[in-house]
Amino acid sequence: MSHSGILDRNLTIAQAFDAEGGIYFRQRRSTRAPARTLPGFGLAMGVTLVYLSLIVLIPLSATFVMTAQLGVRELLSVIGSPRVLSSLRLTFSAALAAALIDALFGLLLAWVLTRYAFPGRRVMNALIDLPFALPTAVAGIALTGLLAGNGWIGAWLATHDLKVAFTPLGIVVALTFVGLPFVVRTVQPVLSSLAPEFEEAAQTLGASRLQAFTRVVFPALLPALLTGFALSLARGIGEYGSVIFIAGNIPMVSEIAPLLIVTKLEQYDYPGAAAIASVMLVASFALLLAINALQAWTARHRRDTQ
Amino acid sequence: MSSAVHASVAGGVAWPASPSRAEWERRLLIAAAMAFVGAFLVLPLAFVLASALRNGFAAYVTALADPDALAALRLTLVVVAVAVPCNCVFGIAAAWAITRFDFRGKNALVTLIDLPLSVSPVIAGLVCVLVFGQRGWLGPSLEALDVQVIFAVPGIVLATTFVTVPFVARELIPVMQAQGRDQEEAALLLGASGWQMLRRVTLPGVRHGLVYGVILCTARAMGEFGAVSVVSGHIRGVTDTLPLHVEMLYNEYQFTAAFAVASLLVLAALLVVVVQSLFDRRRRAASPA
Repeated sequence: MSHSGILDRNLTIAQAFDAEGGIYFRQRRSTRAPARTLPGFGLAMGVTLVYLSLIVLIPLSATFVMTAQLGVRELLSVIGSPRVLSSLRLTFSAALAAALIDALFGLLLAWVLTRYAFPGRRVMNALIDLPFALPTAVAGIALTGLLAGNGWIGAWLATHDLKVAFTPLGIVVALTFVGLPFVVRTVQPVLSSLAPEFEEAAQTLGASRLQAFTRVVFPALLPALLTGFALSLARGIGEYGSVIFIAGNIPMVSEIAPLLIVTKLEQYDYPGAAAIASVMLVASFALLLAINALQAWTARHRRDTQ
Repeated sequence: MSSAVHASVAGGVAWPASPSRAEWERRLLIAAAMAFVGAFLVLPLAFVLASALRNGFAAYVTALADPDALAALRLTLVVVAVAVPCNCVFGIAAAWAITRFDFRGKNALVTLIDLPLSVSPVIAGLVCVLVFGQRGWLGPSLEALDVQVIFAVPGIVLATTFVTVPFVARELIPVMQAQGRDQEEAALLLGASGWQMLRRVTLPGVRHGLVYGVILCTARAMGEFGAVSVVSGHIRGVTDTLPLHVEMLYNEYQFTAAFAVASLLVLAALLVVVVQSLFDRRRRAASPA
Protein backbone atom coordinates (compact mmCIF):
# COMPACT_ATOMS: atom_id res chain seq x y z
CA MET A 1 0.00 0.00 0.00
CA SER A 2 1.62 3.18 -1.05
CA HIS A 3 0.29 5.94 1.02
CA SER A 4 1.41 8.31 3.68
CA GLY A 5 0.22 11.53 5.17
CA ILE A 6 -2.01 12.41 7.99
CA LEU A 7 -5.31 11.61 6.56
CA ASP A 8 -5.12 8.02 5.81
CA ARG A 9 -4.06 7.34 9.38
CA ASN A 10 -7.42 8.70 10.36
CA LEU A 11 -8.89 6.01 8.19
CA THR A 12 -6.67 3.47 9.87
CA ILE A 13 -7.94 4.48 13.29
CA ALA A 14 -11.53 4.08 12.16
CA GLN A 15 -10.72 0.76 10.57
CA ALA A 16 -8.77 -0.48 13.53
CA PHE A 17 -11.76 0.17 15.74
CA ASP A 18 -14.37 -0.95 13.34
CA ALA A 19 -12.68 -3.97 11.84
CA GLU A 20 -10.32 -5.27 14.49
CA GLY A 21 -10.42 -3.18 17.63
CA GLY A 22 -13.88 -4.01 18.85
CA ILE A 23 -13.52 -7.67 18.09
CA TYR A 24 -10.05 -7.74 19.61
CA PHE A 25 -11.28 -6.41 22.92
CA ARG A 26 -14.40 -8.54 22.91
CA GLN A 27 -12.48 -11.74 22.27
CA ARG A 28 -9.95 -10.85 24.90
CA ARG A 29 -12.61 -10.31 27.46
CA SER A 30 -14.31 -13.62 26.82
CA THR A 31 -11.19 -15.78 26.82
CA ARG A 32 -9.17 -14.09 29.53
CA ALA A 33 -10.57 -12.74 32.73
CA PRO A 34 -10.29 -8.96 33.34
CA ALA A 35 -9.65 -6.49 30.53
CA ARG A 36 -7.60 -4.20 32.79
CA THR A 37 -4.50 -6.26 33.37
CA LEU A 38 -2.10 -3.47 32.46
CA PRO A 39 -1.25 -0.60 34.78
CA GLY A 40 -1.61 3.12 34.31
CA PHE A 41 -5.21 3.48 33.22
CA GLY A 42 -6.02 6.18 35.78
CA LEU A 43 -2.89 8.20 35.06
CA ALA A 44 -3.12 7.96 31.27
CA MET A 45 -6.83 8.73 31.22
CA GLY A 46 -6.38 11.56 33.70
CA VAL A 47 -3.61 13.20 31.68
CA THR A 48 -5.61 12.78 28.48
CA LEU A 49 -8.82 14.29 29.82
CA VAL A 50 -7.23 17.15 31.76
CA TYR A 51 -4.98 18.11 28.85
CA LEU A 52 -7.75 17.90 26.29
CA SER A 53 -10.08 19.94 28.49
CA LEU A 54 -7.54 22.66 29.26
CA ILE A 55 -6.13 23.05 25.77
CA VAL A 56 -9.13 22.32 23.56
CA LEU A 57 -12.53 21.88 25.17
CA ILE A 58 -12.76 24.70 27.71
CA PRO A 59 -11.35 27.29 25.28
CA LEU A 60 -13.73 26.12 22.55
CA SER A 61 -16.67 26.36 24.91
CA ALA A 62 -15.71 30.00 25.50
CA THR A 63 -16.82 30.70 21.93
CA PHE A 64 -20.31 29.38 22.58
CA VAL A 65 -20.62 31.02 25.99
CA MET A 66 -19.60 34.37 24.51
CA THR A 67 -22.10 33.89 21.67
CA ALA A 68 -24.88 32.91 24.07
CA GLN A 69 -24.34 36.14 26.01
CA LEU A 70 -25.29 38.04 22.88
CA GLY A 71 -28.95 37.11 22.97
CA VAL A 72 -31.00 35.93 20.01
CA ARG A 73 -31.81 39.26 18.42
CA GLU A 74 -28.29 40.57 18.56
CA LEU A 75 -26.91 37.25 17.32
CA LEU A 76 -29.21 37.36 14.32
CA SER A 77 -28.25 40.93 13.57
CA VAL A 78 -24.53 40.00 13.60
CA ILE A 79 -24.94 36.87 11.49
CA GLY A 80 -27.58 38.46 9.27
CA SER A 81 -25.54 41.52 8.35
CA PRO A 82 -24.83 41.58 4.60
CA ARG A 83 -21.06 41.58 5.05
CA VAL A 84 -21.10 38.51 7.33
CA LEU A 85 -23.60 36.66 5.16
CA SER A 86 -21.62 37.34 2.02
CA SER A 87 -18.38 36.18 3.65
CA LEU A 88 -20.01 32.97 4.88
CA ARG A 89 -21.51 32.34 1.44
CA LEU A 90 -18.13 32.90 -0.21
CA THR A 91 -16.31 30.67 2.30
CA PHE A 92 -18.69 27.75 1.88
CA SER A 93 -19.07 28.00 -1.89
CA ALA A 94 -15.33 28.40 -2.56
CA ALA A 95 -14.59 25.44 -0.26
CA LEU A 96 -17.23 23.40 -2.07
CA ALA A 97 -15.83 24.25 -5.51
CA ALA A 98 -12.29 23.44 -4.37
CA ALA A 99 -13.37 20.14 -2.79
CA LEU A 100 -15.07 19.15 -6.08
CA ILE A 101 -11.91 19.92 -8.07
CA ASP A 102 -9.88 18.01 -5.49
CA ALA A 103 -12.22 15.02 -5.73
CA LEU A 104 -11.81 14.94 -9.52
CA PHE A 105 -8.04 15.39 -9.69
CA GLY A 106 -7.44 13.49 -6.45
CA LEU A 107 -9.14 10.47 -8.02
CA LEU A 108 -7.01 10.87 -11.15
CA LEU A 109 -3.79 11.11 -9.11
CA ALA A 110 -4.69 8.18 -6.86
CA TRP A 111 -5.50 6.10 -9.95
CA VAL A 112 -2.29 6.97 -11.77
CA LEU A 113 -0.19 6.43 -8.64
CA THR A 114 -1.63 3.00 -7.81
CA ARG A 115 -2.28 1.54 -11.27
CA TYR A 116 0.66 2.67 -13.41
CA ALA A 117 4.41 2.35 -13.10
CA PHE A 118 6.28 5.25 -14.66
CA PRO A 119 9.47 7.21 -14.05
CA GLY A 120 8.89 9.86 -11.40
CA ARG A 121 6.04 7.99 -9.76
CA ARG A 122 7.78 7.94 -6.40
CA VAL A 123 8.57 11.67 -6.55
CA MET A 124 4.98 12.41 -7.52
CA ASN A 125 3.74 10.29 -4.64
CA ALA A 126 5.96 12.13 -2.17
CA LEU A 127 4.95 15.55 -3.53
CA ILE A 128 1.27 14.87 -2.81
CA ASP A 129 1.97 15.49 0.89
CA LEU A 130 3.54 18.87 0.20
CA PRO A 131 0.41 20.93 0.97
CA PHE A 132 0.36 19.28 4.42
CA ALA A 133 3.97 20.12 5.10
CA LEU A 134 4.20 23.57 3.53
CA PRO A 135 3.16 26.43 5.83
CA THR A 136 -0.03 27.95 4.47
CA ALA A 137 1.43 31.46 4.37
CA VAL A 138 4.19 30.24 2.06
CA ALA A 139 1.66 28.52 -0.17
CA GLY A 140 -0.31 31.76 -0.18
CA ILE A 141 2.51 34.04 -1.31
CA ALA A 142 3.77 31.46 -3.83
CA LEU A 143 0.36 31.03 -5.50
CA THR A 144 -0.24 34.78 -5.42
CA GLY A 145 3.14 35.46 -7.00
CA LEU A 146 2.48 32.90 -9.73
CA LEU A 147 -1.03 34.14 -10.53
CA ALA A 148 -0.62 37.90 -10.11
CA GLY A 149 -0.72 39.95 -13.31
CA ASN A 150 3.07 39.89 -13.65
CA GLY A 151 3.56 36.31 -12.43
CA TRP A 152 4.63 33.25 -14.45
CA ILE A 153 1.06 32.04 -14.96
CA GLY A 154 -0.77 35.31 -14.31
CA ALA A 155 0.96 37.10 -17.20
CA TRP A 156 -0.13 34.36 -19.59
CA LEU A 157 -3.67 34.44 -18.20
CA ALA A 158 -3.73 38.24 -18.61
CA THR A 159 -3.11 37.90 -22.34
CA HIS A 160 -6.37 35.90 -22.41
CA ASP A 161 -8.13 38.53 -20.28
CA LEU A 162 -8.35 36.19 -17.31
CA LYS A 163 -7.78 37.36 -13.78
CA VAL A 164 -7.40 34.80 -10.97
CA ALA A 165 -5.37 36.44 -8.22
CA PHE A 166 -7.33 38.95 -6.10
CA THR A 167 -10.67 37.46 -7.20
CA PRO A 168 -12.86 34.70 -5.69
CA LEU A 169 -11.31 32.39 -8.31
CA GLY A 170 -7.97 32.81 -6.54
CA ILE A 171 -9.56 31.62 -3.31
CA VAL A 172 -10.68 28.43 -5.06
CA VAL A 173 -7.14 27.87 -6.35
CA ALA A 174 -5.65 28.25 -2.87
CA LEU A 175 -8.24 25.94 -1.29
CA THR A 176 -7.71 23.36 -4.04
CA PHE A 177 -4.01 23.38 -3.19
CA VAL A 178 -4.47 22.81 0.55
CA GLY A 179 -7.22 20.21 0.12
CA LEU A 180 -5.62 17.99 -2.52
CA PRO A 181 -3.77 15.49 -0.27
CA PHE A 182 -6.96 14.68 1.65
CA VAL A 183 -8.63 13.09 -1.37
CA VAL A 184 -5.53 11.33 -2.74
CA ARG A 185 -4.55 9.85 0.62
CA THR A 186 -8.04 8.56 1.39
CA VAL A 187 -8.69 7.04 -2.05
CA GLN A 188 -5.20 5.58 -2.57
CA PRO A 189 -5.26 2.76 0.03
CA VAL A 190 -8.72 1.65 -1.05
CA LEU A 191 -7.74 1.64 -4.71
CA SER A 192 -4.56 -0.30 -4.06
CA SER A 193 -6.45 -2.94 -2.07
CA LEU A 194 -8.90 -3.29 -4.95
CA ALA A 195 -7.24 -5.84 -7.19
CA PRO A 196 -7.20 -5.06 -10.95
CA GLU A 197 -8.69 -8.54 -11.37
CA PHE A 198 -12.06 -7.02 -10.45
CA GLU A 199 -12.08 -4.89 -13.59
CA GLU A 200 -10.60 -7.68 -15.65
CA ALA A 201 -13.31 -10.07 -14.52
CA ALA A 202 -15.97 -7.52 -15.41
CA GLN A 203 -14.47 -7.14 -18.85
CA THR A 204 -14.22 -10.87 -19.38
CA LEU A 205 -17.91 -11.00 -18.60
CA GLY A 206 -18.52 -8.55 -21.42
CA ALA A 207 -18.41 -5.12 -19.79
CA SER A 208 -16.82 -2.30 -21.73
CA ARG A 209 -13.81 -0.55 -20.17
CA LEU A 210 -15.96 2.39 -19.18
CA GLN A 211 -18.61 0.08 -17.72
CA ALA A 212 -15.95 -1.79 -15.77
CA PHE A 213 -14.91 1.51 -14.19
CA THR A 214 -18.34 3.01 -13.55
CA ARG A 215 -19.99 -0.21 -12.35
CA VAL A 216 -17.17 -2.01 -10.54
CA VAL A 217 -14.33 0.32 -9.56
CA PHE A 218 -16.21 3.53 -8.88
CA PRO A 219 -18.83 2.09 -6.48
CA ALA A 220 -16.05 0.47 -4.47
CA LEU A 221 -14.21 3.80 -4.27
CA LEU A 222 -17.22 5.96 -3.55
CA PRO A 223 -17.14 5.89 0.28
CA ALA A 224 -13.45 6.79 0.33
CA LEU A 225 -13.92 9.46 -2.33
CA LEU A 226 -16.75 11.04 -0.35
CA THR A 227 -14.64 10.94 2.82
CA GLY A 228 -11.80 12.69 1.02
CA PHE A 229 -14.21 15.23 -0.40
CA ALA A 230 -15.66 15.96 3.06
CA LEU A 231 -12.21 16.28 4.63
CA SER A 232 -11.07 18.65 1.92
CA LEU A 233 -14.27 20.65 2.33
CA ALA A 234 -13.77 20.89 6.10
CA ARG A 235 -10.22 22.05 5.62
CA GLY A 236 -11.28 24.60 3.01
CA ILE A 237 -13.95 26.15 5.21
CA GLY A 238 -11.47 26.93 7.96
CA GLU A 239 -8.48 27.83 5.80
CA TYR A 240 -6.95 31.26 6.35
CA GLY A 241 -3.21 31.54 5.65
CA SER A 242 -3.12 30.59 2.00
CA VAL A 243 -6.27 32.54 1.15
CA ILE A 244 -5.67 36.01 2.56
CA PHE A 245 -2.74 36.71 0.24
CA ILE A 246 -4.48 35.68 -2.96
CA ALA A 247 -8.02 36.84 -2.19
CA GLY A 248 -7.62 40.60 -2.35
CA ASN A 249 -9.93 40.69 0.71
CA ILE A 250 -12.50 43.11 -0.68
CA PRO A 251 -15.55 43.20 1.64
CA MET A 252 -18.67 41.69 0.03
CA VAL A 253 -16.57 40.34 -2.85
CA SER A 254 -13.55 38.34 -1.75
CA GLU A 255 -13.55 38.50 2.04
CA ILE A 256 -13.71 35.05 3.69
CA ALA A 257 -15.37 34.39 7.06
CA PRO A 258 -12.15 33.59 8.99
CA LEU A 259 -10.73 36.95 7.89
CA LEU A 260 -13.86 38.69 9.12
CA ILE A 261 -13.31 37.03 12.52
CA VAL A 262 -9.81 38.50 12.59
CA THR A 263 -11.12 41.92 11.59
CA LYS A 264 -13.74 41.86 14.35
CA LEU A 265 -11.12 40.80 16.89
CA GLU A 266 -8.86 43.67 15.85
CA GLN A 267 -11.77 46.02 16.57
CA TYR A 268 -12.18 44.33 19.99
CA ASP A 269 -15.64 43.11 18.93
CA TYR A 270 -15.25 39.79 20.78
CA PRO A 271 -18.97 38.82 20.72
CA GLY A 272 -19.19 39.49 16.98
CA ALA A 273 -16.10 37.39 16.31
CA ALA A 274 -17.42 34.62 18.57
CA ALA A 275 -20.79 34.64 16.78
CA ILE A 276 -19.21 34.07 13.34
CA ALA A 277 -16.90 31.45 14.86
CA SER A 278 -19.90 29.63 16.35
CA VAL A 279 -21.56 29.35 12.94
CA MET A 280 -18.35 27.95 11.47
CA LEU A 281 -17.84 25.57 14.41
CA VAL A 282 -21.34 24.15 14.05
CA ALA A 283 -20.64 23.54 10.36
CA SER A 284 -17.30 21.90 11.23
CA PHE A 285 -18.88 19.63 13.86
CA ALA A 286 -21.56 18.55 11.40
CA LEU A 287 -18.88 17.73 8.85
CA LEU A 288 -16.82 15.88 11.45
CA LEU A 289 -19.79 13.66 12.29
CA ALA A 290 -20.40 13.06 8.59
CA ILE A 291 -16.74 12.18 8.10
CA ASN A 292 -16.81 9.71 10.99
CA ALA A 293 -19.87 8.02 9.56
CA LEU A 294 -18.28 7.94 6.11
CA GLN A 295 -15.10 6.40 7.48
CA ALA A 296 -17.00 3.66 9.26
CA TRP A 297 -18.79 3.03 5.96
CA THR A 298 -15.43 2.96 4.12
CA ALA A 299 -14.05 0.42 6.60
CA ARG A 300 -17.10 -1.82 6.26
CA HIS A 301 -17.12 -1.47 2.50
CA ARG A 302 -13.45 -2.32 2.29
CA ARG A 303 -13.86 -5.46 4.35
CA ASP A 304 -16.69 -6.60 2.12
CA THR A 305 -14.77 -6.12 -1.09
CA GLN A 306 -11.60 -7.82 0.12
CA MET B 1 7.12 13.94 -19.82
CA SER B 2 8.44 12.19 -22.91
CA SER B 3 10.54 9.87 -20.76
CA ALA B 4 7.36 8.70 -19.09
CA VAL B 5 5.92 7.81 -22.45
CA HIS B 6 9.03 5.92 -23.56
CA ALA B 7 9.16 3.90 -20.38
CA SER B 8 5.62 2.72 -20.90
CA VAL B 9 6.89 -0.75 -21.79
CA ALA B 10 7.81 -1.18 -18.15
CA GLY B 11 4.03 -1.00 -17.78
CA GLY B 12 1.96 -1.17 -14.63
CA VAL B 13 -1.15 -3.22 -14.91
CA ALA B 14 -1.93 -4.40 -18.41
CA TRP B 15 -5.55 -4.41 -19.45
CA PRO B 16 -6.54 -7.61 -21.20
CA ALA B 17 -8.47 -6.16 -24.12
CA SER B 18 -7.27 -3.72 -26.80
CA PRO B 19 -3.76 -2.97 -25.51
CA SER B 20 -3.21 -0.05 -27.82
CA ARG B 21 -6.24 1.78 -26.53
CA ALA B 22 -5.28 0.96 -22.96
CA GLU B 23 -1.79 2.24 -23.63
CA TRP B 24 -3.13 5.44 -25.14
CA GLU B 25 -5.35 5.92 -22.10
CA ARG B 26 -2.44 5.24 -19.78
CA ARG B 27 -0.29 7.90 -21.41
CA LEU B 28 -3.08 10.43 -21.37
CA LEU B 29 -3.85 9.90 -17.68
CA ILE B 30 -0.19 10.00 -16.65
CA ALA B 31 0.33 13.17 -18.69
CA ALA B 32 -2.72 14.80 -17.09
CA ALA B 33 -1.55 13.84 -13.60
CA MET B 34 1.94 15.17 -14.30
CA ALA B 35 0.58 18.42 -15.69
CA PHE B 36 -1.60 18.91 -12.63
CA VAL B 37 1.16 18.11 -10.14
CA GLY B 38 3.60 20.24 -12.11
CA ALA B 39 1.32 23.28 -12.18
CA PHE B 40 -0.07 22.97 -8.67
CA LEU B 41 2.79 21.60 -6.59
CA VAL B 42 6.11 22.00 -8.43
CA LEU B 43 5.64 25.49 -9.90
CA PRO B 44 4.88 27.20 -6.54
CA LEU B 45 8.02 25.64 -5.03
CA ALA B 46 10.13 26.70 -7.98
CA PHE B 47 8.62 30.16 -7.79
CA VAL B 48 9.56 30.60 -4.10
CA LEU B 49 13.14 29.50 -4.70
CA ALA B 50 13.52 31.58 -7.87
CA SER B 51 12.11 34.68 -6.18
CA ALA B 52 14.34 34.19 -3.16
CA LEU B 53 17.44 34.11 -5.36
CA ARG B 54 16.31 36.77 -7.82
CA ASN B 55 18.74 39.38 -6.52
CA GLY B 56 21.61 36.95 -6.21
CA PHE B 57 22.94 34.77 -3.47
CA ALA B 58 24.45 37.64 -1.46
CA ALA B 59 21.07 39.36 -1.13
CA TYR B 60 19.57 36.02 -0.12
CA VAL B 61 22.06 35.56 2.70
CA THR B 62 21.64 39.19 3.81
CA ALA B 63 17.89 38.69 4.05
CA LEU B 64 18.33 35.59 6.18
CA ALA B 65 20.94 37.16 8.43
CA ASP B 66 18.63 40.07 9.26
CA PRO B 67 18.26 40.30 13.07
CA ASP B 68 14.45 40.24 12.85
CA ALA B 69 14.54 37.10 10.71
CA LEU B 70 16.88 35.45 13.19
CA ALA B 71 14.63 36.47 16.09
CA ALA B 72 11.67 34.96 14.24
CA LEU B 73 13.61 31.74 13.71
CA ARG B 74 14.51 31.64 17.40
CA LEU B 75 10.91 32.18 18.50
CA THR B 76 9.70 29.49 16.10
CA LEU B 77 12.17 27.02 17.62
CA VAL B 78 11.07 27.97 21.16
CA VAL B 79 7.42 27.39 20.23
CA VAL B 80 8.28 23.99 18.73
CA ALA B 81 10.37 23.09 21.78
CA VAL B 82 7.38 23.59 24.09
CA ALA B 83 4.41 22.51 21.97
CA VAL B 84 5.86 19.30 20.55
CA PRO B 85 6.97 17.65 23.85
CA CYS B 86 3.63 18.57 25.47
CA ASN B 87 1.67 16.97 22.65
CA CYS B 88 4.06 14.03 22.70
CA VAL B 89 3.32 13.25 26.37
CA PHE B 90 -0.37 13.74 25.69
CA GLY B 91 -0.19 11.47 22.63
CA ILE B 92 1.47 8.63 24.57
CA ALA B 93 -1.02 8.91 27.44
CA ALA B 94 -4.02 9.06 25.11
CA ALA B 95 -2.81 6.15 22.97
CA TRP B 96 -2.12 4.08 26.10
CA ALA B 97 -5.58 4.69 27.54
CA ILE B 98 -7.33 4.11 24.22
CA THR B 99 -5.52 1.05 22.96
CA ARG B 100 -4.92 -0.82 26.21
CA PHE B 101 -8.20 -0.41 28.06
CA ASP B 102 -11.85 -0.82 27.42
CA PHE B 103 -14.10 2.01 28.50
CA ARG B 104 -17.28 3.73 27.55
CA GLY B 105 -17.13 6.64 25.18
CA LYS B 106 -13.88 5.55 23.58
CA ASN B 107 -15.04 6.51 20.09
CA ALA B 108 -16.16 9.89 21.37
CA LEU B 109 -12.71 10.44 22.89
CA VAL B 110 -11.02 9.58 19.58
CA THR B 111 -13.27 12.08 17.82
CA LEU B 112 -12.49 14.77 20.42
CA ILE B 113 -8.76 14.26 19.90
CA ASP B 114 -9.27 14.86 16.17
CA LEU B 115 -11.36 17.96 16.83
CA PRO B 116 -8.61 20.58 16.42
CA LEU B 117 -8.05 19.35 12.86
CA SER B 118 -11.52 20.43 11.82
CA VAL B 119 -11.48 23.75 13.66
CA SER B 120 -10.32 26.75 11.68
CA PRO B 121 -6.87 27.96 12.83
CA VAL B 122 -8.35 31.43 13.22
CA ILE B 123 -10.88 30.02 15.70
CA ALA B 124 -8.00 28.34 17.58
CA GLY B 125 -6.47 31.79 17.98
CA LEU B 126 -9.82 33.34 18.80
CA VAL B 127 -10.50 30.97 21.71
CA CYS B 128 -7.13 31.88 23.23
CA VAL B 129 -8.10 35.54 23.05
CA LEU B 130 -11.54 34.82 24.54
CA VAL B 131 -9.97 33.06 27.53
CA PHE B 132 -6.77 34.99 28.09
CA GLY B 133 -7.35 38.31 26.32
CA GLN B 134 -7.73 41.65 28.05
CA ARG B 135 -11.52 41.32 27.96
CA GLY B 136 -11.50 37.54 28.16
CA TRP B 137 -12.43 35.17 31.00
CA LEU B 138 -9.08 35.28 32.75
CA GLY B 139 -8.06 38.70 31.46
CA PRO B 140 -8.63 40.70 34.68
CA SER B 141 -6.92 38.17 36.95
CA LEU B 142 -3.97 37.85 34.57
CA GLU B 143 -3.67 41.62 34.53
CA ALA B 144 -3.64 41.67 38.33
CA LEU B 145 -0.82 39.13 38.27
CA ASP B 146 0.94 41.16 35.58
CA VAL B 147 1.11 38.15 33.26
CA GLN B 148 0.63 38.75 29.56
CA VAL B 149 -0.50 35.81 27.46
CA ILE B 150 -2.06 37.38 24.40
CA PHE B 151 0.29 39.44 22.18
CA ALA B 152 3.13 37.58 23.91
CA VAL B 153 5.01 34.32 23.64
CA PRO B 154 2.75 32.20 25.93
CA GLY B 155 -0.26 32.91 23.70
CA ILE B 156 1.68 31.85 20.60
CA VAL B 157 2.73 28.63 22.32
CA LEU B 158 -0.85 27.94 23.47
CA ALA B 159 -2.40 28.54 20.05
CA THR B 160 0.22 26.33 18.39
CA THR B 161 -0.33 23.59 20.97
CA PHE B 162 -4.09 23.68 20.35
CA VAL B 163 -3.62 23.24 16.62
CA THR B 164 -1.09 20.40 16.93
CA VAL B 165 -2.79 18.36 19.69
CA PRO B 166 -3.87 15.39 17.51
CA PHE B 167 -0.69 14.69 15.55
CA VAL B 168 1.27 12.36 17.85
CA ALA B 169 -1.82 10.64 19.29
CA ARG B 170 -3.28 9.75 15.91
CA GLU B 171 0.01 8.28 14.69
CA LEU B 172 0.45 6.21 17.85
CA ILE B 173 -3.07 4.84 18.21
CA PRO B 174 -3.11 2.55 15.14
CA VAL B 175 0.50 1.45 15.72
CA MET B 176 -0.14 0.57 19.38
CA GLN B 177 -3.37 -1.13 18.44
CA ALA B 178 -1.48 -3.31 15.98
CA GLN B 179 1.32 -4.00 18.46
CA GLY B 180 -1.03 -5.70 20.93
CA ARG B 181 -0.31 -6.08 24.62
CA ASP B 182 1.19 -9.56 24.92
CA GLN B 183 4.76 -8.30 25.29
CA GLU B 184 3.73 -5.78 27.91
CA GLU B 185 1.89 -8.41 29.93
CA ALA B 186 4.97 -10.63 29.66
CA ALA B 187 7.22 -7.82 30.89
CA LEU B 188 4.98 -7.25 33.91
CA LEU B 189 4.91 -10.98 34.68
CA LEU B 190 8.70 -10.98 34.59
CA GLY B 191 8.67 -8.29 37.26
CA ALA B 192 9.04 -5.01 35.36
CA SER B 193 7.46 -1.92 36.89
CA GLY B 194 4.93 0.08 34.88
CA TRP B 195 7.47 2.72 33.89
CA GLN B 196 10.07 0.10 32.97
CA MET B 197 7.53 -1.60 30.74
CA LEU B 198 6.69 1.71 29.07
CA ARG B 199 10.33 2.65 28.53
CA ARG B 200 11.75 -0.72 27.52
CA VAL B 201 8.86 -2.51 25.80
CA THR B 202 6.07 -0.19 24.67
CA LEU B 203 7.95 2.82 23.35
CA PRO B 204 10.71 0.91 21.51
CA GLY B 205 7.99 -1.12 19.80
CA VAL B 206 6.18 1.93 18.47
CA ARG B 207 9.19 4.19 17.90
CA HIS B 208 8.55 4.59 14.18
CA GLY B 209 5.01 5.77 14.74
CA LEU B 210 6.22 8.07 17.50
CA VAL B 211 8.98 9.64 15.42
CA TYR B 212 6.62 10.03 12.51
CA GLY B 213 4.05 11.77 14.69
CA VAL B 214 6.71 14.07 16.13
CA ILE B 215 7.84 15.02 12.61
CA LEU B 216 4.31 15.90 11.51
CA CYS B 217 3.70 17.78 14.75
CA THR B 218 6.93 19.74 14.38
CA ALA B 219 6.19 20.63 10.76
CA ARG B 220 2.77 21.92 11.63
CA ALA B 221 4.01 23.79 14.72
CA MET B 222 6.73 25.53 12.67
CA GLY B 223 4.37 26.54 9.92
CA GLU B 224 1.23 27.46 11.84
CA PHE B 225 0.00 30.81 10.66
CA GLY B 226 -3.69 31.53 11.23
CA ALA B 227 -3.86 30.71 14.94
CA VAL B 228 -0.57 32.39 15.73
CA SER B 229 -1.41 35.45 13.68
CA VAL B 230 -4.48 36.12 15.82
CA VAL B 231 -2.66 36.02 19.16
CA SER B 232 0.73 37.40 18.18
CA GLY B 233 0.15 41.14 17.90
CA HIS B 234 2.91 41.20 15.25
CA ILE B 235 5.61 42.86 17.31
CA ARG B 236 8.69 42.80 15.16
CA GLY B 237 11.55 40.80 16.59
CA VAL B 238 9.48 39.89 19.66
CA THR B 239 6.30 38.00 18.75
CA ASP B 240 7.03 37.21 15.11
CA THR B 241 7.39 33.57 14.13
CA LEU B 242 8.86 32.65 10.74
CA PRO B 243 5.51 32.46 8.89
CA LEU B 244 4.40 35.78 10.43
CA HIS B 245 7.71 37.34 9.46
CA VAL B 246 7.15 36.17 5.87
CA GLU B 247 3.75 37.88 5.90
CA MET B 248 5.15 41.09 7.34
CA LEU B 249 7.94 41.33 4.76
CA TYR B 250 5.50 40.50 1.96
CA ASN B 251 3.07 43.20 3.05
CA GLU B 252 5.95 45.67 3.14
CA TYR B 253 6.73 44.77 -0.49
CA GLN B 254 10.11 43.36 0.51
CA PHE B 255 9.45 40.44 -1.81
CA THR B 256 12.97 39.09 -2.10
CA ALA B 257 13.39 39.01 1.67
CA ALA B 258 9.92 37.49 2.14
CA PHE B 259 10.66 34.71 -0.32
CA ALA B 260 14.12 34.18 1.17
CA VAL B 261 12.61 33.49 4.61
CA ALA B 262 9.85 31.46 2.93
CA SER B 263 12.50 29.36 1.21
CA LEU B 264 13.67 28.18 4.64
CA LEU B 265 10.17 26.89 5.32
CA VAL B 266 10.03 25.32 1.84
CA LEU B 267 13.26 23.45 2.53
CA ALA B 268 11.89 22.25 5.88
CA ALA B 269 8.69 21.10 4.14
CA LEU B 270 10.67 19.24 1.47
CA LEU B 271 12.68 17.54 4.21
CA VAL B 272 9.45 16.45 5.90
CA VAL B 273 8.09 15.09 2.62
CA VAL B 274 11.31 13.12 1.94
CA VAL B 275 11.40 11.66 5.46
CA GLN B 276 7.72 10.84 5.15
CA SER B 277 8.20 8.86 1.96
CA LEU B 278 11.21 7.02 3.46
CA PHE B 279 9.15 6.08 6.52
CA ASP B 280 6.31 5.01 4.29
CA ARG B 281 8.55 2.63 2.38
CA ARG B 282 9.91 1.16 5.61
CA ARG B 283 6.41 0.71 6.91
CA ARG B 284 5.41 -1.08 3.71
CA ALA B 285 8.47 -3.32 3.96
CA ALA B 286 7.64 -4.10 7.58
CA SER B 287 4.01 -5.04 7.06
CA PRO B 288 2.97 -7.60 4.45
CA ALA B 289 -0.30 -5.74 3.90
